[in-house]
Amino acid sequence: MTTKVLAIDDSRTIRNLLRVSLEGAGFEFHSACDGVEGVEVFPDVDPDVVITDINMPKMDGFGVIDSLRSGPNRTNVPILVLTTESSDDLKARARGAGATGWIVKPFDDASLVSVLRRLTGHVS
Amino acid sequence: MSMNSIRDTFFEECEELLEALVEGLSQMEEAPEDIEVVNAVFRAVHSIKGGAGAFGLDRLVNFAHTFETVMDMVRGNELSVDEKLMAIFHRSGDQLSDLVASSRDETDLDETSEKALIKELEGYLGDNAGADDFSFDAVTLDFGGPVEIEDAPAEESIGERVFKIAFKPKKELYENGHEPLLLFDALAEFGPLKVEADTSRLPDFDLFDPNDAILAWSLTLQTAETETTLHEVFEFVEGLCALDIQVDGSAPVFSAAVAAAPEPEAAPEPAVEAAQDNEPVAAAVAKPAPAAAATPAKESRGPKPTLRVDLDRVDRLINTVGELIINQAMISQRIEELDLPTVAHLTNELEAYKLLARDIQEGVMAIRAQPVKPLFQRMSRIVREASDATNKKAKLVTVGDSTEVDKTVIERLADPLTHMVRNAIDHGLESPEKRDEAGKDPVGTIRLSAAHRSGSVFIEIADDGAGLNREVILRKAIEKNLVPKDAELSDPEIDNLLFLPGFSTAGQVSNLSGRGVGMDVVKNAVQALGGRISISSTPGKGTTFTIILPLTLAVMDGFVISVADQTMVIPISSILETIRPNLRDIHVVGTDSELVSVRGSYVPIVDVADSLGLAETQEGPKTGILLLVSTETQGLTALRVSSIHDQRQVVIKSLESNYTAIPGVSAATILGDGKIALILDPEELIKLDHSTGFDLIPQP
Repeated sequence: MTTKVLAIDDSRTIRNLLRVSLEGAGFEFHSACDGVEGVEVFPDVDPDVVITDINMPKMDGFGVIDSLRSGPNRTNVPILVLTTESSDDLKARARGAGATGWIVKPFDDASLVSVLRRLTGHVS
Repeated sequence: MSMNSIRDTFFEECEELLEALVEGLSQMEEAPEDIEVVNAVFRAVHSIKGGAGAFGLDRLVNFAHTFETVMDMVRGNELSVDEKLMAIFHRSGDQLSDLVASSRDETDLDETSEKALIKELEGYLGDNAGADDFSFDAVTLDFGGPVEIEDAPAEESIGERVFKIAFKPKKELYENGHEPLLLFDALAEFGPLKVEADTSRLPDFDLFDPNDAILAWSLTLQTAETETTLHEVFEFVEGLCALDIQVDGSAPVFSAAVAAAPEPEAAPEPAVEAAQDNEPVAAAVAKPAPAAAATPAKESRGPKPTLRVDLDRVDRLINTVGELIINQAMISQRIEELDLPTVAHLTNELEAYKLLARDIQEGVMAIRAQPVKPLFQRMSRIVREASDATNKKAKLVTVGDSTEVDKTVIERLADPLTHMVRNAIDHGLESPEKRDEAGKDPVGTIRLSAAHRSGSVFIEIADDGAGLNREVILRKAIEKNLVPKDAELSDPEIDNLLFLPGFSTAGQVSNLSGRGVGMDVVKNAVQALGGRISISSTPGKGTTFTIILPLTLAVMDGFVISVADQTMVIPISSILETIRPNLRDIHVVGTDSELVSVRGSYVPIVDVADSLGLAETQEGPKTGILLLVSTETQGLTALRVSSIHDQRQVVIKSLESNYTAIPGVSAATILGDGKIALILDPEELIKLDHSTGFDLIPQP
């Protein structure tokens, strides 16, 4: 079974990079361009793992995590935070919000894929 | 999707982000306390940094990082924005834009201003300086794992050891989407792993809460990996579980199960790979209450969906639509030629076809149309730089920046507009002191406006400066032999001298406008787009340049005319009126100059056939039809043609790219009968005509 990834990032460049990396590694790739759209499409995409940016218009990454981790659509799907900052503060905040892990931009393909496989348990 | 095309996308996106940045910065000036605006600016810089990192654009990343850090302080209310900081932000935006451009074009960019700006920005960092030292290439992924084993710090590998790991997840571990089994899988990659679950706290089934964290595990791992590496596996779950990793026999005890674990020495053979046996239990706990995926898809509230299309495809479509219009004209003509007895209904259908073709054409042109906003926004930088360079104060006001214009027009207007804005500040505006003396706001205003009017695009560049000094202009022009010494010119004629090649009003070459570009270049650029430029100036009030451009470069409305038995087209936009003159209204002056009296004033006649060097069809005073045209440099002129056949939309085909440039002819088109007709350029035609006695402004 293919692993479905939902990537939420307002940068087209990052979405494209993720698409290329992940589709190349055999993942099924879906994307959304801001937090609101991400949360909206989540039930339809029903991903195995979510990758989200932090700084986004409308709803930021913390908002995404919050929406997915609480409320009626509460889910335990792994959520990876994609961030340019590697500060402990941010990691602690992300973890506190319910993030499963984090990846620091710029990411390298192999590590990203290995983290995703580790979080989802799927090996393609 | 190749890496190259992603790179292209990145730079496209950068352009959008830079636009948002410029817009945000100007909004910040209006409302510095609006956190949403600051956020938007921050995000723009941040996104550029993020993308740039992926392409290894270090300089861009580093600069964006410093910029972003200061912006983040503003965002966090640690720093308040004053005029000085705002100016630094503007310059940083410009610098970022330069860095993007040089990264895209892979050109060198002088580091002086970049370093100075970084220094200035860092001056604001205070305590934040260094604390958040951004390393671009050191960290690619902040997650320990097999791929980074070799990165493990100094602890040396000292052969295989046995680790005892006590692991007790908290409820939050599951809530954060972690799965103990997967952690065990990761550990199992390091060596033989034995996993034992402590199920002692498992309650009776009816008391069982699937959301609760009940299980604990004790693991025994035999590996050559270091303890740090093992800790890295648990990095994401740090704080979400009780975790203890010990070498050999000193493992703490969560439950009796651990005590019952076999001795480490015995591990090699009975090691359980990846703890398959435990899966049912682990899974049952790790995946409590899967999310109800039944939420119906809501209607998207996002921005209007857009589609990115290769420009080539659009241009191909435009070309095809052009052919369609020609085809429609041909069919019309064929049917007319057939001279059918009852064509009324056919004519109706044909008329509908014509309208549809026009609709399609307009629709396709709309695809190429873009708002002038980004172009106008770029001018704010020019205003800033130019006023700095000249020690003047100026602000930019834009009006109608949502006006849409053909993409090519926007691109080709950038340089002329830049030049005109510079000019407006350098030559147009007075110094703040002088403005003060004159009772004006010391801060001058450059007003850029765009509007659609009667099928054309009007772009105005207005300053509220001193207005043109006509005395100086005329003197310069005489000095430079551009006009005869004794010339008596009207005010508009003097103003138009600015457009002459080689004319420069600056008494001294200023460091700003002395770039070898004159208004003649601006004028040529506008004309190349099929447009016109005019100037109006009021002493003490300022100067306004007006650029009038056709809405599209592909199609235009024209008169189909006959000149010396040849069919040609003349743009309707240039024609003021058509006259069928009486012979007595035409006066011959000198040998071959003719004038026509139009409501009491005399207008020179230019014979189109003569100008183009076509065979004369008759001798002596000719009547024909006169097309009254008004041009900037040549004034009111009557163009003589043999007859007017039709008024229609014609498709513009470049003559230069298909044949060669012909003086007096701007392009060509294909008519309904399949024949090629030349499209005339009235202004050039008049210049060509040597019979005009009004050659006050000689050609270079």
